[in-house]
Amino acid sequence: MRTKFQALSVAVALAFGLTAAGPAAAQQKVKIGFITTLSGPAATNGEPMRNSVELALDHLGRKVGGLDTEIIYGDDQFKPDVGKQVADEMLKKHQVHFVAGIIWSNVMMAVAPTVTQAGTFMIGTNAGPSPLAGKGCHELFFTTSWQNDQTPEAMGKYMQDQGLTDVYVMAPNYQAGKDMLTGFKRYFKGRIVDEVYTRLGQLDYQAELSQLRAKNPKVVFVFYPAPMGIQFLKQYSEAGLRGIYPLYSVYTVDEITIPAVKHAALGQLETRYWGPDLKNPANQKYVADYQKKYGKLPVFYGAQSYDGIMLIDSAVKAVKGNLADKKGMIAAMRKANYNSLRGKYTYNNNHFPIQNFYLLKAVAGPTPGSDPVMEIQKAVFTNHKDSYGKDCPMKW
Amino acid sequence: MILVLEQILNGLQLGVMLFLMAAGLTLVFGIMNLVNLAHGSLYMVGAYLATWFYQATGSFALGVLLGLAGTLAVGVVVEVVALRTLYQRDHLDQVLATFGLILFFNELIAILWGRAAIFSTVPEYLTGHVELFAGLRYPLYRLVIILTGLAVAAGLWFVVTRTRLGMLIRAGASNRTMVAALGVNIRLLYTVVFGFGAALAGLAGLLSGPIYAVQPGMGELILIQVFVVIVIGGIGSIRGALAGALIVGMVDTLGRAFLKPMLSTVISPSAADTAGPAMASMLIYLLMAAVLTFRPEGLFPSRGS
Repeated sequence: MRTKFQALSVAVALAFGLTAAGPAAAQQKVKIGFITTLSGPAATNGEPMRNSVELALDHLGRKVGGLDTEIIYGDDQFKPDVGKQVADEMLKKHQVHFVAGIIWSNVMMAVAPTVTQAGTFMIGTNAGPSPLAGKGCHELFFTTSWQNDQTPEAMGKYMQDQGLTDVYVMAPNYQAGKDMLTGFKRYFKGRIVDEVYTRLGQLDYQAELSQLRAKNPKVVFVFYPAPMGIQFLKQYSEAGLRGIYPLYSVYTVDEITIPAVKHAALGQLETRYWGPDLKNPANQKYVADYQKKYGKLPVFYGAQSYDGIMLIDSAVKAVKGNLADKKGMIAAMRKANYNSLRGKYTYNNNHFPIQNFYLLKAVAGPTPGSDPVMEIQKAVFTNHKDSYGKDCPMKW
Repeated sequence: MILVLEQILNGLQLGVMLFLMAAGLTLVFGIMNLVNLAHGSLYMVGAYLATWFYQATGSFALGVLLGLAGTLAVGVVVEVVALRTLYQRDHLDQVLATFGLILFFNELIAILWGRAAIFSTVPEYLTGHVELFAGLRYPLYRLVIILTGLAVAAGLWFVVTRTRLGMLIRAGASNRTMVAALGVNIRLLYTVVFGFGAALAGLAGLLSGPIYAVQPGMGELILIQVFVVIVIGGIGSIRGALAGALIVGMVDTLGRAFLKPMLSTVISPSAADTAGPAMASMLIYLLMAAVLTFRPEGLFPSRGS
């Protein structure tokens, strides 16, 4: 009798529960537009991002925040105008709830305002241009990567602590290139021999390398994201400069460039907020599953994109699937309440992460003949805040 | 002074690389009246085949030879299968079709080798530097590129001006109908010219493999500059392609190297820091605009219609 009553009450509760949840689940579907570079040489960076989004969806059982999920990929072709067009299409035609992704700062500068002004969330998973961290911050804009200045700040601090001076600095001539050198100089106080900006997407650096040798600096600091990094590293080694002028870099030597330059990367120092060898359960699972699914090591572009989907998941869960509750989702995202691959982090008032930055070194791979791997050496900054939050009017 | 000489060599090296690409492109346009956007794809195919054969055989020279032969074969197949039907169409159709070929080749390469750049390096015996004279050490491999490019230029000059094939090429460039009317197998001539052009693009690609990234879409990066070269040099003219390539190579390299220091003597250094790189990357396009204004047919236009 007792058990019968129990079974009945469970059945009734289940029935009510289902009918209550039923209509909401049927009409609610979360749509995420993910924009990255999927064609041309820079597709090398976009591919791990898309792969990681897919992996994140696999881990979530293809349900973000418990809702049916539709993901729409867009290709910005490494062009700001195309990126904006793709974002417009996602907003108007697909009526997405979130736009995420974006590798390049110049593309981000075109896309982010379009998305946030339309009242839609923009979740950046790579580019962190300074204007969007300062006066141009927005309550609907979050990033799971970093503010551009942060990583070179860490390298600047490391090189300052090492007592290095007479540095020759090089970067491509665009928003992120400028941010990188600004960040570097914020912590590096030694002498800078020259600052050289090259064309974005430049192929041949021989002219710049000749100038470099003529200036005879002590060390060189560069920012050349893949695919530019591949050209630069190959030509730097081939010109025989590696033995003469030690090279320090940010976003240049990673799991994308290493397979193309192999031993030429050995010994290279970089700073970064994440590495495949970072020890926490979420990251170990991500790295293992990524290698199983795609047969290679993931790269930070991917890790951030995985985090982007998880951040959205945490926000949608917090409002119980009510996608109209944007205030609730903003409040939830500000807590960064999910298992980030970098470990726990918090958000600055401008929605850029306050996080650790590590010194990484390209060391010989685990087996003879395998590619070098990036290994974390030590933390340079713990809970490092970007420097633009004070210009951002958002307070919370 | 040494630095200026070194930069001139750098300009020359970029110039001959552009020339190898431009020669094929301009020949194909001049003789077959075909706008071939897929020329960059042949450059990519050359780089991939040579790198692949180099890794498989362990010999750079063998990789180069097989890569060249392979690109020539791919060029001939593309001509016979796809482009033959396009000669009578207008340029817009050709642009559309050859753009399709770009997408096709990029995807094909991505399927075969993956999207990530593949590893290639300068062979041991071509690494290192040569001391040209006191104080000027130049990378041996770049020197090899310069010499190869100049040798190809000389060879092309010989073929075009001194051989029967060259005569037909020149005749075809000035009046196609008449050449066909005289009983020359114009179809075969087209295939030969296209194959040659492809091999030259392949040569540029395989030479660039060890110093640039070998990856899908690598051809498009250089293709724009190559179009600037043939517009400046005069479409359809090999002489123009050589002159245009060397001018573009020099202007681009010297601009990148010296514009900023030169500007900083005239305007404030911080303004020069901003204006220098921006202007340096515009220089070749400004040059093209100037050439189009004053000599719309290019510096060395091909004779004929």
